[in-house]
Amino acid sequence: MSARLYRLLYRIRRVEEEIARVYPTDRIRSPVHLSIGQEAVSVGVCEALEPRDVVFGTYRGHALYLARGGDLRRMIAELYGKATGCTKGKGGSMHLIAPERGVMGMSAVVGTTIANAAGYAYALKFRREPAIIASFFGDGATEEGVFAETLNFAVLKRLPILFVCENNQYAIHTHQSRRQGTPAICQRARAFGMPAEQVDGDLTGLIQRAREVVAEVRAGGGPAFLEVMTYRWREHVGPGFDYHLGFRDEGEAAPWIVADPVARLAAELRPTERARIESEVAEEIADAFAFAEASPFPAAAELTLDVFKEEHHVAATHREAGAECW
Amino acid sequence: MLQPLTVRPARSAGESRIERTLSYADAIREAADQEMARDPSVIVFGLDVDDPKAIQGTTRGLLDTYGPERVFGTPLSEDAMTGAAVGMALAGLRPIHVHIRMDFLLLAMNQLVNVAAKTRYMYSGQVHLPLVIRAMIGKSWGQGAQHSQGLHSFFMHVPGLKVVAPATPFDAKGCLAAAVRDDDPVLYVEHRLLHFQQGPVPEAPYAVRPGKARVTAAGEDITVVGISWMQVECLRARHYLAEIGIRAEVIDPVWLSPLDLNTIAESVEKTGRLLVVDTAWTCCGASAEIVAAVGERLQGIRDLKLKRLGFAPTTCPTTPSLEELFYPNARTIAAAARNLVEDADTGWMPEERPELQEVAFRGPF
Repeated sequence: MSARLYRLLYRIRRVEEEIARVYPTDRIRSPVHLSIGQEAVSVGVCEALEPRDVVFGTYRGHALYLARGGDLRRMIAELYGKATGCTKGKGGSMHLIAPERGVMGMSAVVGTTIANAAGYAYALKFRREPAIIASFFGDGATEEGVFAETLNFAVLKRLPILFVCENNQYAIHTHQSRRQGTPAICQRARAFGMPAEQVDGDLTGLIQRAREVVAEVRAGGGPAFLEVMTYRWREHVGPGFDYHLGFRDEGEAAPWIVADPVARLAAELRPTERARIESEVAEEIADAFAFAEASPFPAAAELTLDVFKEEHHVAATHREAGAECW
Repeated sequence: MLQPLTVRPARSAGESRIERTLSYADAIREAADQEMARDPSVIVFGLDVDDPKAIQGTTRGLLDTYGPERVFGTPLSEDAMTGAAVGMALAGLRPIHVHIRMDFLLLAMNQLVNVAAKTRYMYSGQVHLPLVIRAMIGKSWGQGAQHSQGLHSFFMHVPGLKVVAPATPFDAKGCLAAAVRDDDPVLYVEHRLLHFQQGPVPEAPYAVRPGKARVTAAGEDITVVGISWMQVECLRARHYLAEIGIRAEVIDPVWLSPLDLNTIAESVEKTGRLLVVDTAWTCCGASAEIVAAVGERLQGIRDLKLKRLGFAPTTCPTTPSLEELFYPNARTIAAAARNLVEDADTGWMPEERPELQEVAFRGPF
């Protein structure tokens, strides 16, 4: 069990460290919002989900994509803007998708996918499907109007949805205490009529609670809310650190780094097992970056594809129109 | 002697005999009903779609037939409900989200512009977004600043959204069916006054597919394009112009995006004059786009006279004395057309004919 979890967590950590290492070469042409320090939130909740379940995430979505089993080669190729990327170089780091793994989208606009997740949950319930939705968002998203509107709708329709607030305490450089009159995010969720609880960043505890809550949602109990406390180790966007900006200091990060779930799990493993996992992960990452490097950029014709299903509807003012009209 | 005025679609040969007459509102209702019967993934929701007034009757009976899971009124949450519509569409449902005023779409712009319009492209065609947004433009009886806006050009501006503004009951039904069957998001623009229009509507389901305009009246002297309700006013203007010997060719674009530029440009190549009348402001509007696109197409090929008409460049006032001045009407359209044809400020304004006035709507809403 812990070997498998370690591989999941460590793999995400190492992928993002490699992204950070390569980033200054400018071969990655997409703004990256790294999850380093926050990997356990995605891994922990996704452990409680089944393959048929569906997730929506945010622009800080590498961890969620990988925790759900999204293809690593296609993710790195996407960051490189290559034709082999998970959206052929059209979405980039902030809009990863893996429909075959139930990863149905991420948004660069804070809070946006919360409502999309609720709509998807409505469709699942409408079709009597046993799947549920997990909607991931940050503490900043709880300040958006769409958060309140969606929670109300989810309770009204008793939707099969788990709201996961990934509270890293910062919206870019602004602490939660400077944005919210009270930090009681769970109380706000409860006020809409759903159970809500705050859990710390401990992976084992999170998995256990997530399993219990997911079971209740799947059994038809309606929406539920988890606020998972975590911490962003690096800067908001980009490969580096931001302590030098002065809005937070490394002392604040220290306890989170001490409690790092990646290091904790590593310590539980036999050294040979750990070495085997780490070497396999290193190999896989090297392969994914080599794949991205070797892949071609999309052809020019891709520019106007995928605007509409019907290609001839694109910029119709400048094209022949009417081919399929009655 | 004038013929009674009905805005009729130009029909193809196979549809030359349509016996049944239906109102525009009933045509919308019938299209929704038939599409819901045909496809169990079609659902209808929005503020008050299930209340006794049933959105001017356009959703009447749907709740009884299809039940509250497929037809439901929503919380007053345009932003989240539009986002939910996106999520439903991603999951394979075909939602019709209804807004009783187009002005309310401004509460949903993030989901419409940042999400719905972008989804197919930024996910490289791996997902479909079969979403219909019905939005009504209000007019008259003091609708005022926030119940009267025609904002369709906002959405024409954004790649990934289709925009349709049917002007007849025939197109109201066929375009809604086409929008529902489309795998991309479609903004379906209805003018409140059009709901009262009567016209021939076949009973069997049919679709008026994106990208084709109609020549609704033939003429040689000037091309007049009328969008949504202004199509009605343009056809009325044509009668005023006929009295002074000007033969106007009137075109209904029907679909604003994708726009059938070919039909409009062919007409303008013949007439050399283009007047576009919109139920919206002209600045950066649908009329600006059409005039610019025709100008680009025909410059160097044909000498052109171009003109736009639309809302006065003000907020819509409520008092009838000012509201009357805010909108183009059949007489001001005719006057602008004559000036274009004669290339002069003639100062002409036709005498008002009562049968060419708007009488269908007396409020309160």
